[in-house]
Amino acid sequence: METQAKNPNFNIASKKKKSAELSLGYNPYAKDKLYAVLFLGPSLLILALFVFYPMLRTIYLSFFLTNNLGKPTVFVGLKNYFALFSSNAYINSLIATLVYVIAVSIFTIAIGLVLAQAATKKVAGINFFRTIFSATMGVSVSVAAIFWLFIFNPSVGLLSQLFTALNLTPINWLTEPGWAMTAIVISTVWMNLGFTFLIFFGALQSVPYTLYEAAQIEGVSKSYQFFHITLPMISPTIFFVSIITLIESFKSFGLIDLMTAGGPNNATNLLVYRIYQDAFLNGNYGLASTESVILAVIIALFTFIQFKVLEKRVTY
Amino acid sequence: MSIELINISKTYNGSDFILSDISVKIATGEFFAIVGPSGCGKSTLLRMIAGLIPISNGQLKIDDKDVTNLPPQERALTMVFQNYALFPFLNVKDNVAFGLKARKMNSSEINTRVNHALELVNLTDFSERKPGELSGGQRQRVALARAIASDAKICLMDEPLSNLDAQLRNKMRSEIRELQQKLGLTLIYVTHDQVEAMTMADRIMVLNDAKAQQIDSASNIYDTPSNTFVASFFGTPQMNLLPIILKENKQPSDVETNLKFSITNSLKAGNYLVGVRPNALAIDEVSSKTNAIVTNIEYLGTHSIVHAQLDNSLELRIEVSSTRNLSTTERVSVSVTGNHYIFSEDGQKLLNTNGGYTDGNASQEPQLQHSI
Repeated sequence: METQAKNPNFNIASKKKKSAELSLGYNPYAKDKLYAVLFLGPSLLILALFVFYPMLRTIYLSFFLTNNLGKPTVFVGLKNYFALFSSNAYINSLIATLVYVIAVSIFTIAIGLVLAQAATKKVAGINFFRTIFSATMGVSVSVAAIFWLFIFNPSVGLLSQLFTALNLTPINWLTEPGWAMTAIVISTVWMNLGFTFLIFFGALQSVPYTLYEAAQIEGVSKSYQFFHITLPMISPTIFFVSIITLIESFKSFGLIDLMTAGGPNNATNLLVYRIYQDAFLNGNYGLASTESVILAVIIALFTFIQFKVLEKRVTY
Repeated sequence: MSIELINISKTYNGSDFILSDISVKIATGEFFAIVGPSGCGKSTLLRMIAGLIPISNGQLKIDDKDVTNLPPQERALTMVFQNYALFPFLNVKDNVAFGLKARKMNSSEINTRVNHALELVNLTDFSERKPGELSGGQRQRVALARAIASDAKICLMDEPLSNLDAQLRNKMRSEIRELQQKLGLTLIYVTHDQVEAMTMADRIMVLNDAKAQQIDSASNIYDTPSNTFVASFFGTPQMNLLPIILKENKQPSDVETNLKFSITNSLKAGNYLVGVRPNALAIDEVSSKTNAIVTNIEYLGTHSIVHAQLDNSLELRIEVSSTRNLSTTERVSVSVTGNHYIFSEDGQKLLNTNGGYTDGNASQEPQLQHSI
């Protein structure tokens, strides 16, 4: 009895409260907004401090001459940009970068795909090979650089000894311009393979086996199966890997610094390495900023083109 | 085209047989179903017939030609998979044409075949769509169209309807059956669903424990199941199986004191299993001599399945008209009114239906009436 008597009062009270809140412009989502800000705040702060501010600062600096502490001194407008595009050294650097990026991307994807396809075979000891193929994921750049320096060493290197044993003239891998680029490409592809292999291997495993069985029953050859089932089925993965590889190789720094330091004769002086040199060795922060902006634009452009071209081929 | 399996076995390690000594001859134009619980090796058997996995022992003949070691494409057959195995990046038309294109058939021939196949499955209007834009039933039909377009006279189907909802499954069941007859296909159909097998197939192979338990028409399998596995696998609700002891002095056993059976006296004393289908039992709720208690009632529309517990605590399923007014915990009298089967104690052999022996023995008349 008591509760029954209480209940109506309670209802009236709560209704009154609600209408009062509504009339005062009470926003039921205000609390949600507060939570959103609370949750996003920390990462927003970190991003702002370490990404957005440096980005804007870089764009700002690219219009200035700086002293060697990185302080802007004279506003020069677009002169930094004009200077770069009329500099032969910079254009060479740009071309070298394009050659490097394209070569690395093509070889990484092709070799990664071949290894992944090979690793799907059910043969004895396949797990050993799967581990080996993905092992470079756990190798740091410095270790990789030392490893490849050993291999490429003109006197005691593995390759030189192999060439000598085969009665061929050993190649000066790191001191001849053309070969230095080749050596850098080989080492980078090797470094990339672990990750690429793993991603491709996962993608290949997820292709339903019945698709191949259906093809087998129709008498479709293995190579036709690869090009007309496997490749289209993993095309989204190929797309993903190609974009990652492209962006990563535009940003390559460690191997170059440790193996050739941009040499010989600037043959491997890629855009990122040039930025590093201009900023931290030459103290020319304005110019380095300009180069950074240009590199960012180039990467964005390439990614955009890739999206446009590959999107049409990734059809499901 | 006819298919003959001669003592086909499959083993992966040389000692454990997943399938052993499967022999059957499937006639041209026959709809042959392979049915069994999951893991019984039915898909393995189908894949061996298809040539996707090698046959360990035995021989496979297609039109009297030994094809045991031939690759799939030389067996002139086609297959429909449970997940349809459609290429998600190709539209319906290209999916159907895939194998034909790979075989480098000329394009006008491909077009006629593809269009004909799509017409047969009523998908002409969807030929430009991708599988992702189709419903489950339509995808199923694309898979059928691909099988039709290949023009093979033998078609293997691996649980083709199990990914569809119940209603669609019923519809596709009759569509597949019609197509099979229209095209004169020899069809081997793998399913775990006894209803599918019974409604569609000319003959059924029941597979369990690596062996073919029975190969026969649906009605024969239902009427004279060769063992308790087959008996309880076919028919819904499941057959009741009760242990029964026949005694030398013809004293009624424990079960029989509760439920009355007529059994030919040619059976030796010993332990047996008696099988009674739920529709061969009747309930009398007015009788004063009760022998069971109703534990549960499943309402199914026209009829209900009554679960009852005999006084010796054996559980029974009984089919009754749903107009009957029964309630749980009600005491009733249960009696046998139709066929029942006597199996050997291990359930491996059917010894007796209540009409007489199945193993050709002369005695036909039930000679002894066991009763309460």
